[in-house]
Amino acid sequence: MSENGSAEVNTQWPPIRFTVNGRSCSVQAPPMKRLLDVLREDLRLTGTKEGCGEGECGSCSIRVNGELVNSCLVPVLQVDGADIQTVEGLAQDGKLHSIQEAFLQCGGAQCGICTPGMLMASVQLLERNPHPALPEIREALAGNLCRCTGFMRIFESVLSAAAAMKDETELAETHDAR
Amino acid sequence: MRGNAEAHELIAPGSLSAVLELLASQPGAWTPIAGGTELMVAFAAGRLTAPKLVNLWGLSDLRFIRTTPETVMIGAGSTFLDLRRDALLAAELPLLAKASGWIGSVANQSRATIGGNLVNGSPAADSSPALLVYDAEIEMISVRGRRRIPYAEFHTGYKRNMLAPDELLYAIHIPRRFARHRQYLRKVGTRRAMAISKIALAATALVEDGVICEIRIGAASLAPIPARLYGTEAALLGKSPTRETMHAARQALLSEAKPIDDMRSTAGYRQTVAANLLLEFLLELNSEVAQP
Repeated sequence: MSENGSAEVNTQWPPIRFTVNGRSCSVQAPPMKRLLDVLREDLRLTGTKEGCGEGECGSCSIRVNGELVNSCLVPVLQVDGADIQTVEGLAQDGKLHSIQEAFLQCGGAQCGICTPGMLMASVQLLERNPHPALPEIREALAGNLCRCTGFMRIFESVLSAAAAMKDETELAETHDAR
Repeated sequence: MRGNAEAHELIAPGSLSAVLELLASQPGAWTPIAGGTELMVAFAAGRLTAPKLVNLWGLSDLRFIRTTPETVMIGAGSTFLDLRRDALLAAELPLLAKASGWIGSVANQSRATIGGNLVNGSPAADSSPALLVYDAEIEMISVRGRRRIPYAEFHTGYKRNMLAPDELLYAIHIPRRFARHRQYLRKVGTRRAMAISKIALAATALVEDGVICEIRIGAASLAPIPARLYGTEAALLGKSPTRETMHAARQALLSEAKPIDDMRSTAGYRQTVAANLLLEFLLELNSEVAQP
């Protein structure tokens, strides 16, 4: 969509199709255009931020086919057919994801530029390792730089989210058992 | 962002054979791109000179880890996360598993491929020292067929290698015969995560009856290419790891290592630390020999 709201179709480029947060998308963009720019400019999903633009800071972290990637280093052609999740896909039906709640509760977000990437890296960690120890959290977030918080509140947020998600799981299991 | 996406062509032929046909039809015209952790950085900075790129990401023919009784074969398109998650690698080739965890962050390891690491050919490449001391071989492929060379002969000069313009790096073969070897790998960088090596040293050694009967030492950032330290190895082969031998090996390392001053470190620091890492490894060997 262009700024005036009309669909802008550039027939110069063949369509590239993928899903973002469960919705099918088709974009026509130069194949070398960075996925980060396609998300922000073509799809208006501006939750994903650009920090360094060279894969060091992790601000643009998203998930592609279940793996964490820096969207600034991915040419859009390489996600043809892929399943993409961005920070906009974390909240479901207006309810924040446990990790988002935890960042709010623990003061894990300040200026907010690193936050979407931090959230995505945290979700990636918790999905593979639901009860991470502090060193594992530090390693999983080593590619996400924050200049505000000093990191401790972010690590606390992840620990807090892990505990909350454990409670939710147990609650659900108890419910199922009934 | 200074790169202009419209200034670069990027195509995805969709199969390994189609990519090889393209490379053969216009040798040197197309630059292969896999995980993009190197080329996309250059692109964003406006430094990417390649006008035509051909996609390798997603080619299943390049992404595999296979084992035979004698070797582990790693497809060039395997990511460092693939390597970290492989149980056999962790058990048998711990140095390579460890090095895979050094490559940037999780978000880099999910994209960066071992083939890309080697073809890019940085003297500081994280996977290189381990591959050198595991006596790895490189398999290259083109429409003309396949050929294999020792990895130690792959790099021919700063960011230069043995690949012909129509060839791709296909796989890395590592012999499965290091279970009894003492193995060592250490990297020294500015910080624990996301740091490029100031210096890294790897070694494998087999000690029998108190004598070093097999030794390989590989280093990053001591030369224009990741390289074996053959002179240092020669000072150790056939010897017992005594204080005297250690001193001779240290001298050999200092005379053959040719590091440079650059933004990450100085030649003097690199030499000193490389020698210290070597001693750390040899002291381990020595304590092993000393034990009954």
